[in-house]
Amino acid sequence: MSLTAHLLSEDKQDIGGPRQPLLGVRALLKHFPLKQQGLPFRRGPANAVRAVDGVSFDILKGETLGVVGESGCGKSTTARVLMQLIQQDSGELVFDGQTVGSRALPLRQFRRQAQMVFQDSYSSLNPRMTIEDSIAFAPTVHGLPARQAIARARSLLARVGLQPERFAGRYPHELSGGQRQRVNIARALALEPRLVILDEAVSALDKSVEAQVLNLLLDLKQEFGLTYLFISHDLNVVRFISDRVLVMYLGQVVEVGPAEQVFDAPRHPYTRALLRSMPSMDPTRRTEEAPLAGDPPNPINPPSGCRFHTRCQFAQEVCKQRAPSFVEATPGHGVACLRYEAGSGYDATAFEAGMIIEELQHG
Amino acid sequence: MAEQGKQSMVRLQDLRVSFKAPGKTIRAVSGVDLELAEGEVVALIGESGSGKSVTLRSIMRLHPEARTRIEGRLEVDGRDVLAMNGRELSALRGDAVAMIFQEPLLALDPVYTVGAQIVETIRRHRKVSATEARAQALALFEKVRIPSPERRLDAYPHEMSGGMRQRAMIALALSCSPKVLLADEPTTALDATVQIQILLLLRELQRELGLSIIFVTHDIGAAVEVADRIAVMYAGRIVEQGPAARLLTQPRHPYTMSLLQSRSHGAMQKGQRLQTIPGAPPDLANLPPGCAFAERCAHARPDCLSQQPPELKLDAQHAVRCLRAQELQFAA
Repeated sequence: MSLTAHLLSEDKQDIGGPRQPLLGVRALLKHFPLKQQGLPFRRGPANAVRAVDGVSFDILKGETLGVVGESGCGKSTTARVLMQLIQQDSGELVFDGQTVGSRALPLRQFRRQAQMVFQDSYSSLNPRMTIEDSIAFAPTVHGLPARQAIARARSLLARVGLQPERFAGRYPHELSGGQRQRVNIARALALEPRLVILDEAVSALDKSVEAQVLNLLLDLKQEFGLTYLFISHDLNVVRFISDRVLVMYLGQVVEVGPAEQVFDAPRHPYTRALLRSMPSMDPTRRTEEAPLAGDPPNPINPPSGCRFHTRCQFAQEVCKQRAPSFVEATPGHGVACLRYEAGSGYDATAFEAGMIIEELQHG
Repeated sequence: MAEQGKQSMVRLQDLRVSFKAPGKTIRAVSGVDLELAEGEVVALIGESGSGKSVTLRSIMRLHPEARTRIEGRLEVDGRDVLAMNGRELSALRGDAVAMIFQEPLLALDPVYTVGAQIVETIRRHRKVSATEARAQALALFEKVRIPSPERRLDAYPHEMSGGMRQRAMIALALSCSPKVLLADEPTTALDATVQIQILLLLRELQRELGLSIIFVTHDIGAAVEVADRIAVMYAGRIVEQGPAARLLTQPRHPYTMSLLQSRSHGAMQKGQRLQTIPGAPPDLANLPPGCAFAERCAHARPDCLSQQPPELKLDAQHAVRCLRAQELQFAA
């Protein structure tokens, strides 16, 4: 995108080559401490919401990484930490070989290269700024002359399907939900980022509008060579748009792998249950039994051992005591389940038998 | 089009709802005919602004009286709702007809325990003692399968998880054993794993209590899981209605077709562009004279723009509003 002769690009060269991950996330930890209750001298150990509890993954250059999981599993907190909107407690973010926040890559420069689109299109726009000004704001902050910034905003508006003559001067409340989300996408692209984090960006839209925005996202990705981190609870959408998929449960990664593999041959019992929770779309073959009972447990005091053992139909005694480590069952397809861990003490024959029964029941 | 031999629990005839706004009139519902038989589940599906929630809320007359105009006929259990006075309406709401909402945290009162709200509802409609009402509330909590129900009766809405709050609201709605349950997007705010639990619960309760349910949703998948019949709304009209299986496999209206195309199995093929409906729904304050979908329709003819398509009955159950319904055949 050479909309203007710009001063932003010199620090945005590809450093490590195509095989180096664009963003490496290493042992990310973010706990939100709770207010202490009771008398000061009777305090026990401080409680905390363990929103993100040791998360590691890579986002490869040019891919779309989908993130799925129930509410409260830490998807959005992870996204916000990646953008450094909140500070992690520990752990490291490595952007194209450089640690985020280090001298080599200060935050200000990192944010030129990574941008985010939020779910609520209305509250993420300033109601007192025209959309043109909203889009031009960040480039101006980063040193682009105002005139050029406005020109860039207008050409971006045209690119996302909003004619600048009609829309540039409007305020957010004068647009529909789908149009506002297009504005947010245009704003995210205004700094010519390499990574765009889409946090439930299409979830609030109607299906027909959602399809239009998804098509737009595909086009923009190709045109500008973007990398997406796509967070959504809608598994159909994630399957459609993602190259790889990451499944989170209670602040941890339970499975990550190529989209087709995760959807067609899921390994973790949680992933299987999540996929089977999707409505069947066939009135003659309705779902007869809920794949998972109850709500996700509270991330304040997560269960011991494997966090999923309280809802897992394959759980054994060992799952309560021992936390699984993340193993690659096949290259590129990792899973955190004792079943796949050699020497974990898990009786795999029972698991296989259960799987076969399940296959018979659900086809 | 209720099933024959069964009594009709809800009957809407040419229902029109409009809201007065400064300088304009918003025609949210412009002529809806719908019949709900005893023990039947009908899903109303459509996008936001299609009038599905407005239709549903009109059945209990929940819209602000001063700026709403409801015309047509609206009967619940044989009684004319539009002719009711305030007292009759209060007796109807919660007793014969109950509603569950999308966001239980907003629908439940935050300053009373859930148990107290159920007891209040029971005692408003039935002459029972407080102890007895509480026993009934406990039984309801067991029925909707809330874990440790005794303790949960004394919980405030904010102390419960989303799925449990929705169960509590279902218990509240069922507290006076209504015949008709109106569900306004009850699972939209929930996770997929919890959504399927609530859908299964509704299905089970419907069977057990013989409820008649109108289920409003924008999610075809959720509709298929619970509904016997599906009615598709667009711009304030039902454009197609019929048995769920028929509608899914042999849709006759171009709008139903494009809705299904965006969602059915294998429709979202990786690497391909999604089929989209061009344009946006019409402005409800300024509806076109002809078919409201014509502007976005790939099959529109010139007369679609000028003429309102009448309802065409394809058979006893399946009806569609499209001028070209006879020529167009779709395969899902």
